[in-house]
Amino acid sequence: MLDLSPDEWTAVRLSLKIAVVATLVALPFGIALAFLLARKSFWGKALLEGIIHLPLVLPPVVTGYLLLISFGRRGPIGAFFAEQLGIVFSFRWTGAALACGVMGFPLLVRPIRLGIETIDRRLEQAAATLGANRFWLFLTVTLPLALPGVIAGMVLCFAKALGEFGATITFVSNIPGETQTISAAIYTFTQTPGGDAAAARLVVVAMLISLAALVASEWLARRAGTRFHGE
Amino acid sequence: MLAVEVEKRLSDFFLSASFQTPGGAAGLFGPSGAGKTTLINMIAGLIAPDRGRIVLDDFILFDSAASINMPVHRRRIGYVFQEGRLFPHFTVAANLDYGRRMHGFLRDDAEFERIVAMLDIGNLLERRPAKLSGGERQRIAIGRALLMRPRLLLLDEPLASLDETRKREILPYLEKLRDEARVPMVYVSHNAAELARLARSIVWLDAGQVISIGGPELLQIAGPEINRPTTGARFF
Repeated sequence: MLDLSPDEWTAVRLSLKIAVVATLVALPFGIALAFLLARKSFWGKALLEGIIHLPLVLPPVVTGYLLLISFGRRGPIGAFFAEQLGIVFSFRWTGAALACGVMGFPLLVRPIRLGIETIDRRLEQAAATLGANRFWLFLTVTLPLALPGVIAGMVLCFAKALGEFGATITFVSNIPGETQTISAAIYTFTQTPGGDAAAARLVVVAMLISLAALVASEWLARRAGTRFHGE
Repeated sequence: MLAVEVEKRLSDFFLSASFQTPGGAAGLFGPSGAGKTTLINMIAGLIAPDRGRIVLDDFILFDSAASINMPVHRRRIGYVFQEGRLFPHFTVAANLDYGRRMHGFLRDDAEFERIVAMLDIGNLLERRPAKLSGGERQRIAIGRALLMRPRLLLLDEPLASLDETRKREILPYLEKLRDEARVPMVYVSHNAAELARLARSIVWLDAGQVISIGGPELLQIAGPEINRPTTGARFF
């Protein structure tokens, strides 16, 4: 059953690469924004929250289109990245990772924010009296205590990135070996005569990866929990 | 020497306190709600006074006239909280070591051993705080504060969350702390008996005001709103 063809393997590898890169690159931004939303009050906070959550409620095709006009080769941000940093998004796997990161971002931020909000601030006060400045306090107390939330956010973001279809295909199309992820490949195979078996194989792979991510997160969260609460 | 002269208005409470302690073990005495914790939070830097001045030896910790407010993490004032506040994600050993690491002090094994022995916590070092009794937690909180070599040690009712048996278990450690650690202390309590055993000087706070300053003999006239000493009476 799982005797994948080289093309199918390519799609699987590409999907994993895109989802991992999307999650890891989004993570520092996600933690920073979650901290900002959990702890600070500032002008425009509601607006910022709205923008972060927008990909959750917009049709993915709309998000993909907005990425295309802003991060495409002629888009203002896309042109800047291409000229200044040499990073091209349009019709590249990097663009797929960007689309997946944007789509997964709200799912990443929310659990981290909740994790930070449930921290006992009195522990942070204790750390400050023991000489921890803001940076060390965050690194040694806030972040470790928010770890279960960080793990949950990463898993959700990874799962979303793995399954993302609409925004990706709109932004970077469906190019085998470059932007064709598992989801896009399944879609292509279902549209191709005789592609049913290949589609079914990829469906099984997608289910296995998702399940593995879920089990891994459960295990990590339990480990983090054990550290805090004893048994 | 610690010199405090502060004012702070909270929603339904006005604190205005002025006192000096000569060093050694000072007791901050008063009923619940007198403003004791608010006052030592200002000394620690966790709350800023509205007005006033707090000076510890050569360090101006706070001076509203000169716009000085030294941040908490630079004051190096040890704080033993009522509930211990140990870091749940660290072992006991890492908790003890935290203040030293944050201040970038070199590890001094002899000092570590001495404090661990004084507090009798050597057999707990590998454990997590979740697996400790209340009394053990408080001893570790004391050790953690001491190991950062504090300029001053604040203890906010460290026995309040413990039952009578545990209190009797901890009191000898606190006496040892006072006699051996050579760190000036401010010990907060509403319990006259406790303070009679531990403090050399008393600052009596009531309803946000200092109503009396003096030696431990002050505690003999502690009013009925404060837990009257029972077992501690013989120390007067």
